[in-house]
Amino acid sequence: MEASTRRIGAVKSFKKHWQLYLILIPPMVFFAIFKYYPMANMVLAFKDYNVTKGIWGSEWVGFKHFELFFNNPVFWDLLSNTLMLSLYLLAVVFPLPIILALMLNEVRSRKFKKLVQMVTFAPYFISTVVMVSIIMLFLSPRLGFANILLNSLGFDSVNFLGEPSMFRSIYVWTDLWQMAGYSSVIYLAALAGVDPSLYEAAKVDGASRLQKIRNIDLPSIMPTLVVILILTVGNVMALSFEKVYLLQNDLNRVSSEVIATYVYKVGLLNANYSFATAVGMFNSVINLILLVMVNGLAKRISKNSIW
Amino acid sequence: MASASRAIKESKGDRIVMAVIYAILSIVLIVVLYPLLFVVSSSISSPAAVSSGQVWLWPVDISFKGYETLFKTPLVLRGYGNSLLYTAAGTFVSVMLTVMVAYPLSRKTIFGRNAIMMIITFTMVFSGGLIPTYMVVREMGLIDTRWALIIPNAIWVWQVIIARSFFHSSIPEELMEAAEIDGCSDIRFIWSIVLPLSKPVLAVLVLMYAVGQWNAYFDALIYLKDAKLFPLQLVLRSIIIQNNSSNITDALKQVERQQLAELLKYSLIVIATLPVLVIYPFVQRHFVQGLLVGSVKG
Repeated sequence: MEASTRRIGAVKSFKKHWQLYLILIPPMVFFAIFKYYPMANMVLAFKDYNVTKGIWGSEWVGFKHFELFFNNPVFWDLLSNTLMLSLYLLAVVFPLPIILALMLNEVRSRKFKKLVQMVTFAPYFISTVVMVSIIMLFLSPRLGFANILLNSLGFDSVNFLGEPSMFRSIYVWTDLWQMAGYSSVIYLAALAGVDPSLYEAAKVDGASRLQKIRNIDLPSIMPTLVVILILTVGNVMALSFEKVYLLQNDLNRVSSEVIATYVYKVGLLNANYSFATAVGMFNSVINLILLVMVNGLAKRISKNSIW
Repeated sequence: MASASRAIKESKGDRIVMAVIYAILSIVLIVVLYPLLFVVSSSISSPAAVSSGQVWLWPVDISFKGYETLFKTPLVLRGYGNSLLYTAAGTFVSVMLTVMVAYPLSRKTIFGRNAIMMIITFTMVFSGGLIPTYMVVREMGLIDTRWALIIPNAIWVWQVIIARSFFHSSIPEELMEAAEIDGCSDIRFIWSIVLPLSKPVLAVLVLMYAVGQWNAYFDALIYLKDAKLFPLQLVLRSIIIQNNSSNITDALKQVERQQLAELLKYSLIVIATLPVLVIYPFVQRHFVQGLLVGSVKG
């Protein structure tokens, strides 16, 4: 009975709201062509791409490209560079905005609070290209602010962007500079929603400021925190190509070559489509598995999850 | 009254905590603000002052040489024009498509709306990747056309989620039913009721798409080869990051050229960021709103 009434409901809905279904078509065509069709194109990873035969006519080669990738000496370098940068990023850029929000929440002067929020939010609007430009100007070996400061303290100049050991720190801490204000907004909103009677009760009990933060503020932002954590961990492998690529140079490549930049070079610059697709696919699949795992874990531990 | 009693009861420990918090936040403020001020100050200093590292905080020998040179450089002007065009056209197309998918999916009467939403949301967690997407864009004949920057990333799922939850909570189904009884068609209902009532969310969509489009460089990097089509961000990359300022400063003497090249970088950063930062104080509210609407669902 369910099925038939549903079908009748569907037909009725189509007849009555055909215009709504009609305007749904262009966006759905968009998703089909630019999001789902590329997923189908991933079969390239299991073929040897042949320009004249096209994707579907090319010859199947099974897991050849994956084997090539796993046996390639660069594999471990790429994987460790990607993971190390991501985890470093996670360790810095995830917790510090929470602390920023907790501190801002304590500030009683509304003007000061607004000023800090306004200023820290602003760098979010700076494009990656401009961000990297500023980094390069500040760290430039000859005229950069950082080196002028070092020189005035009696140290020699350092070519920061040419040092592989500094690449990750530069990437991560500038990211914090850019994203801290933006990321803290969500937590601030959660903190604004805390029931004031909780604070009153805490005051009656003689709780100190830090105790209030620990026992009232932190638990109230926990659900938000978990959701953001899941989303962040789920994107660990999906490191943004944009900033890494712009910061990269021949000197720091040892630590700055990540999977995304490698795919771009092998795939688009060297036109090795099948191999690059296989590498990209490896990345996406790991990412998806991570997301599902973290989500499951969060569901068990705190009953918060994204689905 | 609460603050008065709190002030009296404030213990010594609490006061120390407060002092530390204010101190840290002040440092944060300076650390974030300083680079921004430095860039702006440098951009209006003289070429000699900038290239000898004399600028610390405030401009030295105020001059607008950098801006004057930029506004006489066809490469930069064309990049600027292109970026304005991509931002205007891209934002229009994106907002339109987002409303077209978000509104129907916010209506209970639409059959299979949850399934469709799932299909859409899935593209957030899994994608075909760089090469497979590139192949599709190429197959569609979009490579080296302006459409390549407008169409392939036209709809952001996040924006669909924001718009849909707004429509869902702010446009009651009863209103739609009432309009139906009066013989109002769905499209007319969207045009004359939904859109006027949705100005807050439309503002969020427009701003987020516009900033995203203005700041983007990746799609241009992979889809465009013709330098005439380059958006400003790519021009910037070539001049600042790859250090190719020769075609701007060609006619000058060696020393002068080097000094000016250094100054130009700062001026370029300012003109590329200005449109966004100027509107920012007025629109921050909308961004925060968008962030929060999305996070309810997120």
